[in-house]
Amino acid sequence: MENVGVCDEFVNLKATELRLGLPGTEDGGEEERQKVSCCKSNKRAFPETEKDIESTGKTETASPPKAQIVGWPPVRSYRKNNIQTKKNESEGQGMYVKVSMDGAPYLRKIDLTVYKQYPELMKSLENMFKFSVGEYCEREGYKGSEFVPTYEDKDGDWMLVGDVPWEMFVSSCKRLRIMKGSEAKGLGCGV
Amino acid sequence: MNYFPDEVIEHIFDFIASHKDRNSISLVSKSWHKIERCSRKRVFIGNCYAINPERLIERFPSLRSLTLKGKPHFADFNLVPHEWGGFVHPWIVALAKARVGLEELRLKRMVVSDESLELLSRSFSSFKSLVLVSCEGFTTDGLASVAANCRHLRELDLQENEIDDHRGQWLNCFPESSTALTSLNFSCLKGETNLAALERLVARSPNLESLKVNRAVPLDALTRLMSCAPQLVDLGVGSYENEPDQESFMKLMAAIKKCTELRSLSGFSEVAPLCLTAFYPICQNLTSLNLSYAAEIQGNHLIRFIQFCKRLQRLWILDSIGDKGLEVVASTCKELQELRVFPSDLHDEEDNDTAVTEIGLVAISAGCPKLHSILYFCKQMTNAALITVAKNCPNFIRFRLCILEPNKPDHTTSQSLDEGFGAIVQACKGLRRLSVSGLLTDKVFLYIGMYAEQLEMLSIAFAGDTDKGMLYVLNGCKKMRKLEIRDSPFGNAALLADVDKYRTMRSLWMSSCEVTLGGCKRLARNAPWLNVEIINENENNDVMERNEEDEREKVDRLYLYRTVVGARKDAPPCVTIL
Repeated sequence: MENVGVCDEFVNLKATELRLGLPGTEDGGEEERQKVSCCKSNKRAFPETEKDIESTGKTETASPPKAQIVGWPPVRSYRKNNIQTKKNESEGQGMYVKVSMDGAPYLRKIDLTVYKQYPELMKSLENMFKFSVGEYCEREGYKGSEFVPTYEDKDGDWMLVGDVPWEMFVSSCKRLRIMKGSEAKGLGCGV
Repeated sequence: MNYFPDEVIEHIFDFIASHKDRNSISLVSKSWHKIERCSRKRVFIGNCYAINPERLIERFPSLRSLTLKGKPHFADFNLVPHEWGGFVHPWIVALAKARVGLEELRLKRMVVSDESLELLSRSFSSFKSLVLVSCEGFTTDGLASVAANCRHLRELDLQENEIDDHRGQWLNCFPESSTALTSLNFSCLKGETNLAALERLVARSPNLESLKVNRAVPLDALTRLMSCAPQLVDLGVGSYENEPDQESFMKLMAAIKKCTELRSLSGFSEVAPLCLTAFYPICQNLTSLNLSYAAEIQGNHLIRFIQFCKRLQRLWILDSIGDKGLEVVASTCKELQELRVFPSDLHDEEDNDTAVTEIGLVAISAGCPKLHSILYFCKQMTNAALITVAKNCPNFIRFRLCILEPNKPDHTTSQSLDEGFGAIVQACKGLRRLSVSGLLTDKVFLYIGMYAEQLEMLSIAFAGDTDKGMLYVLNGCKKMRKLEIRDSPFGNAALLADVDKYRTMRSLWMSSCEVTLGGCKRLARNAPWLNVEIINENENNDVMERNEEDEREKVDRLYLYRTVVGARKDAPPCVTIL
């Protein structure tokens, strides 16, 4: 019993071990890479990884079998480009949220992760919908414009954009809505 | 026949349309050759560098319709450098200079410039039809010239081209007098579309049968378009991410119901499920359906849609339909002739349970007796499945199977897929096109050489063990025209064994194989009627400057093709013609 406990401890230790390096790279990775090189003699198993090992220019480590081989799978570039953008969106690569503006016929979608702070986001929204958002101040919200940027957070509440720290905003924002006119007054302007 | 006057013979020849047949006729006798060539209106050139425009015009002075193909097939997958070639400009210049009465031009994988389009639009007063497939190099400005100047334009069909969209007013450039349009396809344009101009154009084109719009045409515009063109037979829709409101939905459905001639549907780069249901009323009439760009639609929505499409002959779909979905297709679409299942997950990023496997393929083969063409991307395959498919469908003309992971064996037996593909070539006596994948040894090529008597095009990737594999194919497949090979261990011995074989083939592509520079040089010396192109995108580009010891150096990419006009003069630095 004692032994098992010790073993478990050992196993867990490895999992919690703090190391420098990318996740997934450890001793196992080395073995895998060796396995790949062995295949060289019999078959052209993973030509892309072979090339990585052989060629001078590329210093990227040969990743395991699922490396991207040039021109594979054989799908036309046109098709790849058209499908890819959609896949990126739906897989949550980037944090895409819908943006609606009162009065605009279509919704838009933006990737919150491409922005570093609020001003960048605001500028982008202003460009997208051709409006101007006014000055933000903590006490009174947005002044000087009839447009007020709001967002729906994880709890389903509608909040004013800019109130919480940026990181918190990105992680809690479900969608954006640019309110216009009188409806906005309740949330935004102190007037 | 020789006692008839020429005009009578010419009249008889008019009934013979196929290029192959006309080529055969021209070989019968000198007089037939002359009559044939002087009356020939349509010419197909599979490789634009096999001949030059001057010689073409000399032989066929009555040319009306020209089809040209440029870059090799693997250019689709980024294996050919951007600047490789395939320029249409010299052709248009020559045709214009000779005052050929050109009416139709169809181009595939060629480089087209705005200048070319402008020249085209001004040089041929009877020009009627422009079809561009997988071309690049032009912008909407070029389209504007075509719209403005081709007074008799009937067809403008742009399929999967890379077009720089200047968001100009090209649609506005069709004059008010232009009412002859039968086909308009601009689905590949990425920018905004002038909806008003489009609607006016469609409204004044009573003969419009085929309309394919781009993403930027919203639902209400589509509704209006369909309302003023209920005669449409072929429709490509835009992108409809958002669910329509009740009123828009009813209007859309009403417009769709009126399109009783609609037989072909495509587009849907994004479509909210509700939108899709608006098309249910015409599903039963559809013979062709392309939902292969609709990445976000879940399998169940696709299945529900397809269940109404009982007359479908052609279906292009994503693998998100799953094996279950294919089983539904098999039980519903009894008229199915062509199926293409594309991969939705291109980077193997998720362990996708909904992708398709051998199960779906077998189901289709069992349920669809008329199936003759298939392109199938899947994650796994077995010999047993392929053998069953071969038994169920001996009528395949085109069989293209792509297992996403290279070298993957039969997942139940861990053996190679030689036997499975062997069964396919043995059963399908009419097979003309084949793409193989998965773990394959030389044996599969032995089978192909032995049985695939009608095979014209073969695509090989990550397959085979020795030169024997390629030799089996070259020796056995008498009708081979296009052979393309990548990442396979075939070398000089196979390449050089029968040089005359390449006289009967259009082209050979070999990349990341074992052929060396020395081997290619020798081939070029022994076959002066071939262009042997070495494509090298390395920094030290100039292959010829290297000294003799580099003969042993492996060639990155080899593309050879027969030609009657020698080495082309427009090759970029990264291409060396030996």
